[in-house]
Amino acid sequence: MIPDSAISFPPSPNANPALDDDQLLHVSLGPQHPSTHGVFRMNVVLDGETVVSLKPVFGYLHRNHEKIAEGSTYLSSMPFTDRLDYICPLTNNWAYAHAVEKLAGIEVPERAEYIRVITAELTRLINHTAFAGFFMGDMGAWGSALMYAFRERELILDLFEDLTGARMMSNFMRFGGCRNDLPDGWADRAKKYLATFPAFLDELEKFLIGNEILLARTQDIGALPAATLVNGGITGPMLRAAGVAYDLRKARPYGIYDRFKFRIPIGEKGDCYDRFMIRFLEMRESLAILNQALDQLPAGEYIHPKAKIRGFKAPAGEAYAAIEGPKGELGFHLISDGTFTPYRYRIRPPSFINLTLLEDMCLGLDLADVVLILGSVDIVLGEVDR
Amino acid sequence: MTPDVSAILTRLREALPDAMAAHRRNPGPSGQDSLLVAPESLVAVCRFLRDDPALAFDLLTNLTGVDWPDPAKAEAVAVPVEETAAPACGFLETVYHLYSTTRREGPLVLRCRTADRAENVAIPSVVAVYRSAELQEREVYDLFGIVFTGHPDLRRILMWDEFTDHPMRKDYVAPDDYEYEPTPHDEVLEKAKRHYPAAP
Repeated sequence: MIPDSAISFPPSPNANPALDDDQLLHVSLGPQHPSTHGVFRMNVVLDGETVVSLKPVFGYLHRNHEKIAEGSTYLSSMPFTDRLDYICPLTNNWAYAHAVEKLAGIEVPERAEYIRVITAELTRLINHTAFAGFFMGDMGAWGSALMYAFRERELILDLFEDLTGARMMSNFMRFGGCRNDLPDGWADRAKKYLATFPAFLDELEKFLIGNEILLARTQDIGALPAATLVNGGITGPMLRAAGVAYDLRKARPYGIYDRFKFRIPIGEKGDCYDRFMIRFLEMRESLAILNQALDQLPAGEYIHPKAKIRGFKAPAGEAYAAIEGPKGELGFHLISDGTFTPYRYRIRPPSFINLTLLEDMCLGLDLADVVLILGSVDIVLGEVDR
Repeated sequence: MTPDVSAILTRLREALPDAMAAHRRNPGPSGQDSLLVAPESLVAVCRFLRDDPALAFDLLTNLTGVDWPDPAKAEAVAVPVEETAAPACGFLETVYHLYSTTRREGPLVLRCRTADRAENVAIPSVVAVYRSAELQEREVYDLFGIVFTGHPDLRRILMWDEFTDHPMRKDYVAPDDYEYEPTPHDEVLEKAKRHYPAAP
């Protein structure tokens, strides 16, 4: 719990006379800067090297996804969700299908739940390895670490291509299950691949974690108190790095996560180093879930036999449902008036809401730290701007 | 776990007898009932829900807007449990999804309605209680045109600053060409002629 007095706001740039000081340097960082992870801009005001104000500016990729979805049928928004966080299309698909299933009260067969967990945890592996590569890039180690990460990502994308027909834009989930079953031998190929993954993680950890530059640049940078993060709506690895054991897979169990044995890694200080490390620990837990899921994978239907693909209508009502996406709580809020299209379709994007406290984390630090802190938030602009 | 809205409402009325809040039933299968809160009580209700140790809804996870030009549709999705007067005209609505990270309960759905869709579109900002509302209220202001009184930095966020409309409203009509921008073609062409005079 947090008292009102602990909630403060950096002043608006339009009403902050301190920023008129002509000794200050105003820098527009982005929108084409390589460290901004896409078309994202920050209006930074510097006193020497020290940040005195930082205002994120976004919307460059805005296409009003929500408005388009309100004019389309439920299913025709499914391929569009791939483009939200384009690193992790399968978790986006699942979050949307999960919300529609809640809205319409649809059952999901057991095998489909397993396939969903397997694809979601593989997606988490992709996201977190790519995060490690991009984060090292933000620190100046451009290329090498990312190529190690992308080598593994390619192999997982090969599995996805076998399964969904597309490497990234999967369009795989349906209301009541998945679009197709696992191809022959897919589970064995996945198992065989996953057997090699711990060696890759060991290798990457050996290269990165004890690295002196990494330690010097990330430790004690960008930490905020845990209560402030909860109040700021921060979720996912960012929140857990600060020591709050809040993971939707345990806190609001969905799917079949209650059947697997896994732990929720938490950090101690919540600085950039903890945020980096927490992703490595989460990958180990994802591996544990994957191995259990692939071992237990039951035979059966991959989609509910009564699931309606064409002419789908949801009964009047509303539903909010969220899953633990690789970047945080990924939720969908849907309102149905009983017709073929959603009356209201709202995405709760973790990337967007995790930027709420960006300025608070950066004030008083150097410009070089801003780049790292932004990297540690792990945003994808397709999801921020929608 | 979905919270018991009627029990929360009873507790709320005990603690804040002046607060105007009503239970609304969700007719769909999700079972997520909501509390319709009057704008003047919104901040006090949020503060109570956050600070009451038995409730401890410390995470405002989602804040969004809904446009209801037809009030009957709104009443059909959030059905009144007690007898109330039906709204006379269309309105804008904000919806809040609260969770308790410690008690692992949620979502508690709050909704708050403006008086109409044209003039009286103000709703108090909850940023002083939940910081996570900061960017989300800016988004709702930008896309729906709900004015959050007390927000420290209410600016457009996704649309560009010069944009004048609110595209998520149901009656919004998109222009034929967003990209159109008057450019001085003629001046440029004249200058080009002078730059390379035609051969004699």
